[in-house]
Formats: sequence, structure tokens, C-alpha cells
Amino acid sequence: MGWIGETVDSVKSIQMRQLLTQAVSLGMIVTSALIIWKGLMCITGSESPVVVVLSGSMEPAFKRGDILFLHMSKDPIRAGEIVVFNIDGREIPIVHRVIKVHERQDTGEVDVLTKGDNNYGDDRLLYAQGQLYLQRHHIMGRAVGFLPYVGWVTIIMTEKPIIKYILIGALGLLVITSKD
Amino acid sequence: MHSFGYRLNGLLTFSVTILAIMCAIASLSDNLNSRSPSAEIQVMNINWFQKQPQANDEVSLTMNISADLQSLFTWNTKQLFIFVAAEYDTPKNSLNQVSLWDAIIPAKVHAKFWIHTSNKYRFVDQGKYLRGKKFNLTLHWHVMPKTGKMFADKIVLTGYSFPEEYR
Repeated sequence: MGWIGETVDSVKSIQMRQLLTQAVSLGMIVTSALIIWKGLMCITGSESPVVVVLSGSMEPAFKRGDILFLHMSKDPIRAGEIVVFNIDGREIPIVHRVIKVHERQDTGEVDVLTKGDNNYGDDRLLYAQGQLYLQRHHIMGRAVGFLPYVGWVTIIMTEKPIIKYILIGALGLLVITSKD
Repeated sequence: MHSFGYRLNGLLTFSVTILAIMCAIASLSDNLNSRSPSAEIQVMNINWFQKQPQANDEVSLTMNISADLQSLFTWNTKQLFIFVAAEYDTPKNSLNQVSLWDAIIPAKVHAKFWIHTSNKYRFVDQGKYLRGKKFNLTLHWHVMPKTGKMFADKIVLTGYSFPEEYR
């Protein structure tokens, strides 16, 4: 019975070390992805440097599933820029174009009105109750570039969360069963 | 080392990297384009000029807009978004920009055009400062690429002004 115990012990110890190594490599992958994301946030100056277009209100320029790269600088906001903003009380950011700018003489603060290219009317209906304009602090960034179709991955994972779980499960399985 | 999984992984990584490089090169090729756009806007008529009940000035005008923007199109251009904005300053605001009309030009053939139109969006001031004021009409354009960096520029046309009195 002694040598069975020995074999079982040695097998267990090898498994343990392999498992720990794989857990550490998985941790490294996850943290480096996080570092890249946070680094992008610093470089672009925006809270979310990449957004996915969710609605068709900016067609035919941006279709659902495109991703936009954002950048926020101290430059004043001018008409024609495509901005991403958050409305108080809504969690999903909106990507529309600025059509009206009123900048104060004394303080330099701006009132901004936006509209989606494909919408008939301006965004006053989307703003909070009684809000006529957006201010600078509502705006998260300006769109400076875009890639088509890449955002569909995120849309599918958000709308059918089961696919997210399947993917993560498969990834975990792959990590555990791979020999190195 | 030669299992299906490794090969698939290598293939996917390689193709994604190549696609990304191609998109970047396509975007960079837009910089080689030399641009020479031209535009002209005539205000044909001030239709009416009133004070709203909430005490903001509002004006409606009809314009003749003609432009030749064909040189802005490249092979990587999906469309051109153009709009005409009135820019002026008032004692209250150092800058006001009000978009009056916009259009999407989907192809190079449509980029040379002439249009007679009234303002698509209401021209409302923040205040009552428009009487007798001079303003600029600026034609802005945004080049939206098939992939990559977006460009924007404008032509400023000066010399327009509002009438001295409401009508």
C-alpha cells in the first residue's frame, strides 16, 4: 500500500505545479490585456477609448457593429465633430454629430446640440428632462477613426450572453488541457 | 506542436495581423491625396426674421449652394458628409455655430453640385442679438473612410449679414 500512496502523491504534486503555472500564465494574459486597455485610456484621454456602434442613427457612415476610436483633447468642441456622450440616467453612450455650438464669452463653457446623421430631428428628445444642450462634461471623446465590422463580436456577446460563457469555458478548458 | 489547434491559432493570429496592417496602410494612403475643393454660397433671400415668444431670435433664409468637392475623394473614401454652418459672435457668446443644411455625398460623381434650398435646421440664436449682425457661412466637410482615420476641413465664406429690423 505504501508505493500506491507514493505514486499518488507524486502524481498529485506534478499536477499541482502544472496547474499553478497555467493559472499564472492565464493571469499574465488577462493583466496584460488590462494594461493595454488602461494605457489606451491614458493616451487618448478618454474614459472609453474604443466604442462599438450600437444603432443605425449614423448610417451610412457608421453601421451597427463598427468600432470607433475616440480621442479627447482640450481643443474646443466645434460643429461637425462626431462626439460620444453620456446622458445622465442612461448607461449607453451615444455617438452623434455636433450641429450647434454656443460658446460663452466669459467662461469659455460651451452649449452643444447633437443629431444623428440618419435621424430626422435633433437629440433634444434623448437628453434628460428639460435639458436643451450638452456641456463639455457630458462628452467622453471625439471619434477620430474607425474599423468596420469588428464590433460584432462585442454585440453578439452582449446580446446573447450564453455565447460569452461558452467562449470563456472553452478558453479555460484549452488552458487546462494544453500540455505546456 | 502540429496539432489542429495550434495551426488554427497561428492562422487566425496571422490573418488578423495582416488585416490590421492592410487597414493601416489604406488609411495612410489617404495622406497622398492633394485636395483642391471649391465652393460658393449665395443667400438668395431672407424669408423671415422674428423674435420667438421665448425671446430668442430666429431667421429663415434661402441659399444657393454650389461646390466642387471631387478632389476630396480617394479609393478609401466611403462618403463625404458636408454641412453649411453660420458662424457669428454675440455679446453673450464668443462663438456660435449653427448648422443650417447638411448632405451626404456617396460618390465622386455627386461631388460637383448646385442646390437651391432653405435652411434644413432652424436658425435660432441664444438671445436677441441677430439684428444687423455680420456672419460667416462655412462649408464643412468630413471625409469618412472605408477604414481608418477621418479627415475634416472647411471653407469660410464671409460677408453675410442679417437685416437691421425684424420682418
